[in-house]
Amino acid sequence: MTATLEAPPTRTVKVRRRFGGVQLMHVYTWLIVLWLVLPIFVMILFGFNDPSGRYNQTWQGFTLKWYRELFALDDLTSALILSLVIAVAASIISTALGTGIGYALGRYKFRGSGGMNLIMFATMSSPELVMGASLLTLFVSLGIGLGPITITIAHVMFSISFVATVVRARVLTLDRSIEEAAADLGANAWTTFWKVTFPIILPAVFSGFMLAFALSVDDFVVTNFTAGTSITFPLWIWGATRVGLPPQVNVMGTLIFAAGVLIAVLTNLKSRPKKNAA
Amino acid sequence: MGRVKRTLAPYLLVLPGGLWLLMFFAVPMATMLSLSLQEGDIVNGYVFTGHWQTYVEAISDYQTQLIRSLVYGVIATIILIVLAFPAAYWIAFYGGKRKATYLFLLLLPFFVSFVLRTISWRLILTDDGFLLHPLKEAGLLPENFHILGTPAAVIGGLVYNFLPFMVLPIYVALERIDPRVVEAARDLYASPITAFRKVILPLAVPGVFAGVLMTFIPVSSDYVNSEVLGSSSTTMIGQVIQSQYLSSSNYPTASALSFTLMTVLLIGVFAYARALGTEDVMKVAAR
Repeated sequence: MTATLEAPPTRTVKVRRRFGGVQLMHVYTWLIVLWLVLPIFVMILFGFNDPSGRYNQTWQGFTLKWYRELFALDDLTSALILSLVIAVAASIISTALGTGIGYALGRYKFRGSGGMNLIMFATMSSPELVMGASLLTLFVSLGIGLGPITITIAHVMFSISFVATVVRARVLTLDRSIEEAAADLGANAWTTFWKVTFPIILPAVFSGFMLAFALSVDDFVVTNFTAGTSITFPLWIWGATRVGLPPQVNVMGTLIFAAGVLIAVLTNLKSRPKKNAA
Repeated sequence: MGRVKRTLAPYLLVLPGGLWLLMFFAVPMATMLSLSLQEGDIVNGYVFTGHWQTYVEAISDYQTQLIRSLVYGVIATIILIVLAFPAAYWIAFYGGKRKATYLFLLLLPFFVSFVLRTISWRLILTDDGFLLHPLKEAGLLPENFHILGTPAAVIGGLVYNFLPFMVLPIYVALERIDPRVVEAARDLYASPITAFRKVILPLAVPGVFAGVLMTFIPVSSDYVNSEVLGSSSTTMIGQVIQSQYLSSSNYPTASALSFTLMTVLLIGVFAYARALGTEDVMKVAAR
């Protein structure tokens, strides 16, 4: 950009034409955003719809009825609760296990770290369908009954690698001299870890937790294979598509969306004030 | 003593999670491979007989769906690269202070359940919906025009659902490019197009590769989009595997199909890596 100030007149024409391309890409980026947001908008809108029949497909009038009757469908409510309970359990376990792996991979050079990286890469790139299917074959051949426990086991399995990746990235950028300073001041390894290292990697651990929670609460494919007769929120929606989705699903989707966006914005703002002050 | 502790520390940290992945990722894969070579049924149990004909039968029975899934996967991935690149490029080079905001906007779909957003598309694209109905009324589209149930609807849904997974890695690769490198190329009289082709594009390749890795595999094995937006003529291999497991309980065939799918996808990804000249897939993926 600075070059244009000194550029001879012949070059400005070119620059102007390039500027047009940039504007075009700006508009394009917004069109992509609009396209991505369109179905979300439709979902929110149809939570306010007042359909006469069973199918919530055509706009018939505005109502807040479904927000009042949000929990009127007992099985939908219990599916949502089950999803949340599993997500909390799975994200706590996978955060604990994934943080251990991520910290070890970021901090130490040890035999087997290559294998660990490989298995993490494999879990993140294997088709969900195949992971779900293979877990089903394991549980079936061991005679383990499917239910909330097997769903949680599966969710922990596919979340660990994501948590570990996030934590490893943070540990790799850690300034070791801070820990050395703590050691110089007489802190032992244990104290140094909990008083110095852990607070520094905590944001990454928290991101890992949120990621694991989001992956778990939204998972359909792996859950479908490991659920047996248990019904989570995505499974309930899946089952209801053939008979028509009740507007409550749209309302719940809207509230989850709003809560997710709110949490994301708040955590982002919380980590930012230092920059604003500068 | 302290040294022993230190050498043991990484193993103790890795052990619980590593065991979990071993037990519930590696062992199930082995179980599935073994089951695909077994004979029997769910009531009387299965016996390992090394019956590899299951593979031959499964593949010949479902080759249409298998090939269709790969074709959809390739088409969707190409569309994803084409759609994602300009947006990632603009955000990386011209996003300025708002880069994070634009990335956040691209991630908004992830705050809505995958199944729900796909169903939302069905609502938009349905024959008497608010998109097609007015166009038909106005005579802009023939009365029998429909999108739902066509390959276009399925591929469109796949592209929609996985677009952020393509934009982000390309953005990360482009964002790393030092603008001075591009300026240097321009100073050396490279035209904007040459600078793009010779400088930016090669540096973007790892990002595109990571994007393909993150989209091609889940897109080809997806069964939600073709189930919600497609019809019997767009059935993908994921739907077959799903129903073989969950409806027919035909475990050997289903396991054989899953394993075939995974092998084919891995071969595809490695072939693509070689074609790109990316020798070490792991290194690229680990970045």
